[in-house]
Amino acid sequence: MNNFAYVRPNDIDSALNLIRTRPKARFLAGGTNLLDLWKMGVEQPQTVIDISRLGLRDIAPRPDGTGLRIGALARNSDVAEHSLVLSQYPVLSRALMSGASPQLRNAATVGGNLMQRTRCPYFYDPAFPACNKRKPGSGCGALNGYNRTHAILGQSDLCIATNPSDMCVALAVLDAQIRVIGPDGERIIPIGEFHRLPGDHPELDTTLQPNELITAVDLPPMADTKHAVYLKVRDRSLYAFALVSVAAALTIENGSITGARIAVGGVAPKPWREPEAEALIQGASPDRSTFERAADRLLQGAHAYRYNQYKLTLARKSVIRALSAAAASA
Amino acid sequence: MAAQPPDEPIPDSGDALEDILKQLPATSRRTFLRRLASAGVAAALPATVLSETNVESPKPTPASSPVPASVPATLQVNGKSYPIEVEARTTLLDFLRESLGLTGSKKGCDHGQCGACTVLVNGRRINSCLTLAVMHEGDQITTVEGLARDGQLSPLQDAFIRHDAFQCGFCTAGQLCSAAACLNEGHANNEGEVREWMSGNLCRCGAYPNIVAAILELRQQTPVAGES
Repeated sequence: MNNFAYVRPNDIDSALNLIRTRPKARFLAGGTNLLDLWKMGVEQPQTVIDISRLGLRDIAPRPDGTGLRIGALARNSDVAEHSLVLSQYPVLSRALMSGASPQLRNAATVGGNLMQRTRCPYFYDPAFPACNKRKPGSGCGALNGYNRTHAILGQSDLCIATNPSDMCVALAVLDAQIRVIGPDGERIIPIGEFHRLPGDHPELDTTLQPNELITAVDLPPMADTKHAVYLKVRDRSLYAFALVSVAAALTIENGSITGARIAVGGVAPKPWREPEAEALIQGASPDRSTFERAADRLLQGAHAYRYNQYKLTLARKSVIRALSAAAASA
Repeated sequence: MAAQPPDEPIPDSGDALEDILKQLPATSRRTFLRRLASAGVAAALPATVLSETNVESPKPTPASSPVPASVPATLQVNGKSYPIEVEARTTLLDFLRESLGLTGSKKGCDHGQCGACTVLVNGRRINSCLTLAVMHEGDQITTVEGLARDGQLSPLQDAFIRHDAFQCGFCTAGQLCSAAACLNEGHANNEGEVREWMSGNLCRCGAYPNIVAAILELRQQTPVAGES
């Protein structure tokens, strides 16, 4: 494991200056992913910029008094147990609580979770020579390898890795906005545009620019918190990554669906939403056949590989179950 | 969606391992199999403990200054202050074990998966293998060695002994620190809750029922250790 220089700026300007001027520099927040990848030899930073003294931990309503602003350095455990999150965005709390372990949630941050890299074993272990995400042009080990946990939607022939985050699936269904700051000032990235599909450049996970820092996640007010669920399906009931997960939020008025949002995790390089599937069930009655139509539309065009054929069925059934549970919850 | 018979047989795991191994060169195959068989053993270079003292820490390094291989820091561990000079890359776990000789915290997987390295930082449990020592300037760190008071085992440690909550003992230090936090957090109200909130600590001997029993016995008595 390579050694590196360690710096601990006390303000955002210093942090941005460091990331711009130091070669091969990385921001270090909770460390649970970066240090793991560094031990594996996937990450070899020359400078590690410890951003833990920048503040950015507050969880409070947005400046206009509505919704919620979550600081990028808020711990996953603090977000999950925060009273405003529990009361207004329970789906986010449930997604966070279903992820990792208490120890990891105590260290991991919201910004770090957004930047979390795939758990594809061909990416994670440099003993495998082929990984276009780790080493562009080297091929994809998973394509014809052991691809049980891999993507069925949004992948390319260069990379079939999935995004492993639970939190991001909830953020997708909540239409979160990611606030970032860089040399040119602040900008806002909608969660749907934050993670990118691999296409010809699987080495790029997100649209965050190299010199930018995530400062906060904004959540717009949620109209109907009642009918929202997070369903996670995994190999064991605790402390495992999702094979498939679903965040579903329905608005039901007078027995009809007037709003539907569905995000699926574990199936794609990013939390997967399909606006057409959501529009399809507007006005419909919240019953099984409606949910089947939504699931089929959402998974239209899905493509599985040798070891992840099961995901086609599992994802469909998970979407139907999540929507049914959302409709039934009160 | 693509048509797919729901009951298609899943290829067996022998095939899967074969798929993985054939992608690796012969030398890497050995490394890969060895890695499957054993946990990490190499410790990072030990840090130097300058002295053991209870005085206030020196000023931290100025913000944004370039830091070479070694970094000065002062860590508070089990109530004692340790001004140190440490390589930036030294994990908190390696620092505790190799520099302070506090070998209670164990290096199991060294990747945040097994929980054997669990310690309390400002009363909160984290994996000490996935954090750098230098990140904890000013933090209060409690290891398993800090759970006992004045030579007396804590009630939690006593309960672990009485309930036979271990076999080989390798995971025990992590289980104890995690259990102490679990109790302080108020996440030990019933068996299901204990199992969920202790899921970050693996026990390969399978002493889980006894670990759960020991924790449940203590659930009325908080705080157990550390400050929250």
